[in-house]
Amino acid sequence: MKILIVDDFSTMRRIIKNLLRDLGFTNTAEADDGTTALPMLQHGNFDFLVTDWNMPGMSGIDLLRAVRADERLKTLPVLMVTAEAKRDQIIEAAQAGVNGYVVKPFTAQALKEKIEKVFERIEAK
Amino acid sequence: MVLSGNAGQTTAEEFEQSLKTNAQKLVEHLEEGDYKEAVMVIHAINQARDRGLYYEVGKLTRALHNSIISFQLDTARSFGSEHGEHSKIADASDRLDYVVRLTDKAANRTMDLVESSAPVVSQLGQEAAALREEWKRLQRREMTAEEFRNLSRSIMDFLERSEKHSAEVSSNLNDILMAQDYQDLTGQVIKRVITLVHDVEESLLNLVRMAGQVDRIAGIQHELPDPEERKSASQAEGPQIHADKRDDVVSGQDEVDDLLSSLGF
Repeated sequence: MKILIVDDFSTMRRIIKNLLRDLGFTNTAEADDGTTALPMLQHGNFDFLVTDWNMPGMSGIDLLRAVRADERLKTLPVLMVTAEAKRDQIIEAAQAGVNGYVVKPFTAQALKEKIEKVFERIEAK
Repeated sequence: MVLSGNAGQTTAEEFEQSLKTNAQKLVEHLEEGDYKEAVMVIHAINQARDRGLYYEVGKLTRALHNSIISFQLDTARSFGSEHGEHSKIADASDRLDYVVRLTDKAANRTMDLVESSAPVVSQLGQEAAALREEWKRLQRREMTAEEFRNLSRSIMDFLERSEKHSAEVSSNLNDILMAQDYQDLTGQVIKRVITLVHDVEESLLNLVRMAGQVDRIAGIQHELPDPEERKSASQAEGPQIHADKRDDVVSGQDEVDDLLSSLGF
């Protein structure tokens, strides 16, 4: 299981990386915005994407749309971990095809639950 | 010819007052067919308007100048000179950069210490579990004398390591505590920047008020953008500070989950 973590703050990437490691996911890579993340996704055989929304360059919602528009990436599970908490934004992310949405600040438990739920649903398909 | 309003400086209110009285005079002159006097009145109105305009623009310029001085805005630098006083705004940006650096450092320092402590504690736990299994064998009298000697040696080693590792973790915890000292420093910096933002806001409002007077005399109307159209959904807003006071914002993960499940997630 190879996971890409996208956030413009290195501390947040590190927190997510540590939480993922506790959950048994040790194969992770990091990117600081959508512009750097997209080519990594296109060439890196990633199985899962965890992304922030608000980033300089390419935002998380645009990255999500780019992933869904890419023939080879369109089924990649995407979890959004973000401080953006407007109802319209959550609906927008859902419509763009997000698989899970976690609002910051979050607990380790919340992240774990959402990740498990994303995988459950994928396995059920 | 008698005109209302003083001949010197005219403020917006005075101009409007003189406009009213002079307008009546203008109508009277026109009704009497005295076009020469009527044109004189129109001329006088124009003059009063011009004086008012110069006066208000002058006030606005002075206020703008004062604001630039009081915030030490770096006009020299924006006009190409390298020797400009460091402005308060540039200073505030530097201060906020410092906050970002300090919080980043503290977060990384804390995570370093947690990452170095976690394996130590987890190793101690594993060793204790293994020793407990051995100890159970001893209690069930399943142990040879040789094995018992090995066990006591292992226990002795474990106790020594526990002592050493506890001291290590305890020192890490202390360092984690100390790494939180950024809160005090960043708090002070942020409070100063808040004060500056308030001052800038007040000064800007003052300028807007004065510019409004110019608009009144000059008869300029501005088209204001529709506040509803300014923010689109995908425009990121960052963390919500008043989530409980806004209806369009969720106040936690539970509400996100409810919303998503209502959408069929």
